[in-house]
Amino acid sequence: MPAISMKVNGQAVCGEVEGRTLLVEFIREKIGLTGTHVGCDTSQCGACVVLVNGKAVKSCTALAVAHDGAEVITVEGLAADGKLHPMQEAFKDNHGLQCGFCTPGMVIASIDMVNRLGKNLSEETIRHELEGNICRCTGYHNIVAAVKAGAANM
Amino acid sequence: MENFNYHRPASVDDAVKAAKAHPEAKYMSGGQTLIPAMKQGLAAPSDIIDLGALKNSGVSLGSSLVIKAGTTHAEVASNADVKKAIPALAGLAANIGDPHVRHKGTIGGSIANNDPAADYPSACLGLGATIHTNARKIAADDFFTGLFSTALEEGEVVTAVEFPLPKKAGYAKFPNPASRYAMIGVFVADTGSGARAAVTGAGHGVFRAKEIEGALAKGFSAASLNGVKVGTDNVAGDLHASAEYRAHLITVMAKRAVDAAK
Ligand SMILES: Cc1cc2nc3c(=O)[nH]c(=O)nc-3n(C[C@H](O)[C@H](O)[C@H](O)COP(=O)(O)OP(=O)(O)OC[C@H]3O[C@@H](n4cnc5c(N)ncnc54)[C@H](O)[C@@H]3O)c2cc1C
Ligand code: FES
Ligand code: FES
Repeated sequence: MPAISMKVNGQAVCGEVEGRTLLVEFIREKIGLTGTHVGCDTSQCGACVVLVNGKAVKSCTALAVAHDGAEVITVEGLAADGKLHPMQEAFKDNHGLQCGFCTPGMVIASIDMVNRLGKNLSEETIRHELEGNICRCTGYHNIVAAVKAGAANM
Repeated sequence: MENFNYHRPASVDDAVKAAKAHPEAKYMSGGQTLIPAMKQGLAAPSDIIDLGALKNSGVSLGSSLVIKAGTTHAEVASNADVKKAIPALAGLAANIGDPHVRHKGTIGGSIANNDPAADYPSACLGLGATIHTNARKIAADDFFTGLFSTALEEGEVVTAVEFPLPKKAGYAKFPNPASRYAMIGVFVADTGSGARAAVTGAGHGVFRAKEIEGALAKGFSAASLNGVKVGTDNVAGDLHASAEYRAHLITVMAKRAVDAAK
């Protein structure tokens, strides 16, 4: 089995994987960071989104072995010095979640959105950009409000 | 998902050698089609040959626009040369799937796969692109041979796509609201030596709509398409839409594409 190493949330990690081990399996099962979720088996829901070398990707649709040497940020890596990331804070303040299953992917996708498009996001842009993140609880309204507020505070 | 041996060659030659040595191998670029297919058991290659280490991405603009095969949809969507030379192509790439898929998926993987509802094949055919491989150059008219099939030989690698520069081109897609793949997408181009119109999403694979091209030859405007009917020869029906509905959509999307053409 190939051995790989990565930097996850700033910490060096390594482990042995099979070719077929998905990035999300490596993150959840080998490293034990279970904040990244798996909500589907068709690459559509976005619950598994993490930042790889600064870009949002679906970790259920990526091979761990192909990411040897990568820098990964998961939802656990966002809070700093005991304070939530502004995007997490905004989801909390705006009731941008109910069951919370989609939330790690939503928050990471939203941070990626701000990184690419800036802090001043229209509702239309936010809705279009969240196309790859499905929520079965909220009806999206409060998620959109949370992203708008979180973006402005980033 | 079945296990496989993983290879990460550093050159196209080594990739081709690995494919020759393992007849049941598959190349992987972004993995955004291949990995879902493997997870569903629709593909079970003995070996994966990851093309990610080839570093074969980037765009160059000269008398034509050349996009290397490993360029992601996100890179094409935001590239200044693509936006300047063929804005319709940048717009097409910006609306493939979602942002996360666009960070990984590549133009080479998309055309090699030739999904009957994929976007890029219509741009290649609509613009009269040339597909470069490790072995030869193939005209788009000869490359897309039907449902999920192409002119690629066993082990042949797509290395780049070369687009001639049109006077004007436009793309309009009617996305399936759930999957975002095209129910019908039409790419139109005023090439300077005639109009071309390529249709995706119709079911049997990308094709050129002669009725649309004939009408646009008389004038590259949406008005030329008034009353034009496309037959159902190349069009299939399914639970999302009947063949007649899709055929009707072709003219509607062609008009929008012409209106949007720049
Ligand atoms: C949720 C979701 C939504 C999507 N929506 C759309 C959409 O709206 N429109 C659309 O067009 N597509 C869509 N896609 C597909 C996406 O665009 C894929 O990225 C693309 O089809 C394949 O590119 P890839 O680089 O990921 O290829 P891979 O998955 O790596 O490979 C696909 C196939 O091509 C072969 N291959 C790859 N690279 C080469 C090469 N250089 N030479 C020869 N063969 C090669 C592989 O062996 C494989 O058979 C979607 C995908 C997902 C998961
Ligand atoms: S778990 Fe990755 S997209 Fe659903
Ligand atoms: S809050 Fe339950 S899925 Fe989004």
